[in-house]
Amino acid sequence: MIARAVPQPAPSADEMLLKIVGLSKVYKGGGPPVHAVRGVSLSLEPGQFVAVMGPSGSGKSSLLHMLGGLEPPTTGQIWFDGARVDGLSQARWAMLRRRNIGFVFQFFNLVSNMTVADNVELPALMSGATRRQAKERRIELLAELGLSDKASASPARLSGGEQQRVALARALANRPSLLLADEPTGNLDSLNSADVLRVLCRVHGQGQTIILVTHDARAASMADRVVNLFDGMIIDDMDVVTPIRPSVAAAGVLRLGE
Amino acid sequence: MRLPLLALLAKEPAHGYELKSLLEQTFGQAYPSPNIGQIYVTLQRLERDGLVKSQDVIQTTRPNKRVYELTPAGREALAAWIEEPSEGPRVRDDFFVKLALSPLAGVTDQMALINRQRRHYLNLMRGLSKLASATDRDSRISLLLIEGAMLHLQADLDWLERCQEELM
Repeated sequence: MIARAVPQPAPSADEMLLKIVGLSKVYKGGGPPVHAVRGVSLSLEPGQFVAVMGPSGSGKSSLLHMLGGLEPPTTGQIWFDGARVDGLSQARWAMLRRRNIGFVFQFFNLVSNMTVADNVELPALMSGATRRQAKERRIELLAELGLSDKASASPARLSGGEQQRVALARALANRPSLLLADEPTGNLDSLNSADVLRVLCRVHGQGQTIILVTHDARAASMADRVVNLFDGMIIDDMDVVTPIRPSVAAAGVLRLGE
Repeated sequence: MRLPLLALLAKEPAHGYELKSLLEQTFGQAYPSPNIGQIYVTLQRLERDGLVKSQDVIQTTRPNKRVYELTPAGREALAAWIEEPSEGPRVRDDFFVKLALSPLAGVTDQMALINRQRRHYLNLMRGLSKLASATDRDSRISLLLIEGAMLHLQADLDWLERCQEELM
């Protein structure tokens, strides 16, 4: 099913948290231009958890970066919470990210010479919270992500999964309306991935809107919806459903011989 | 199911229902519960082949039960099975054959075929995640089995992506 590749009329204030229309990204370096994203349109309701999958080079990360204002689209529109944001200045984007958009990356990007607690408090302090407010929120988040006993540790002393959970806590510190996650389990082993995914599911369960770019099918299968990109375009957009008898799924993959 | 039954009988003799519940305990919900009829048929064949022998145990209040035990030949067959390396997993040949032959069958949209298959795998993956979270943390064999199924599915999805890159 080729989904929503056709530009739609610009949205007015409606109940979509995010709406992108005909978004494209062309990189012009020395050689021929590279069309990383070609006319992607997508709408996201508040509370939805969407996974974006696709081969390397299919445009997943470019798309996510445009949604977070990390790079500007070549053409197309981005509407966030009813307001058009694709033309914002870098400074306005930075403010929007601080207040409304949380980011987690494959490499956790924690500040290594600060404690876990300071890392998680930083975004709140930067957006004007008092020390006390920042601390309260940090305590709440670390407890929720099972990291209370690591508050005074240095990030380097934590396992990969713990570091990613700290990065998640930091991303959630300002209660963003949108969480963008770029391959958050890409650098983790199976057990650590499972920890991070449990946490993602939990915050989703509390109403967090999430866009997750991933190769990890286990991560993608936790989303409400999976969008598949290929060659910069959406080639499939599916709602994930739980099979009625999951045990049959396991048995279908592994069988006792004879 | 022949060799798993021999393995279950290696420790001590058992009757059919005991074998069924042992299988269920070991593998958990990740396998559909084995059919008791299938277990009895397999036991009869094992006995015919000389790998197990049985005797009736008389019960006063209930019908007699037939208890099976390993023969020396059964023990040998079990040891041989345990020692030899198992075949590697095969790729999803049914889907691959379908994909490869679909142009001959008049299918013009192979992308739709791949998308349908991917949707199916992702829904299966969702089911396995639910199963894993509903499985007791102490059931390590059962959890490992589910994780194995997930890793296989991930490989199937990666491979589907390769098919897409090559064929589209």
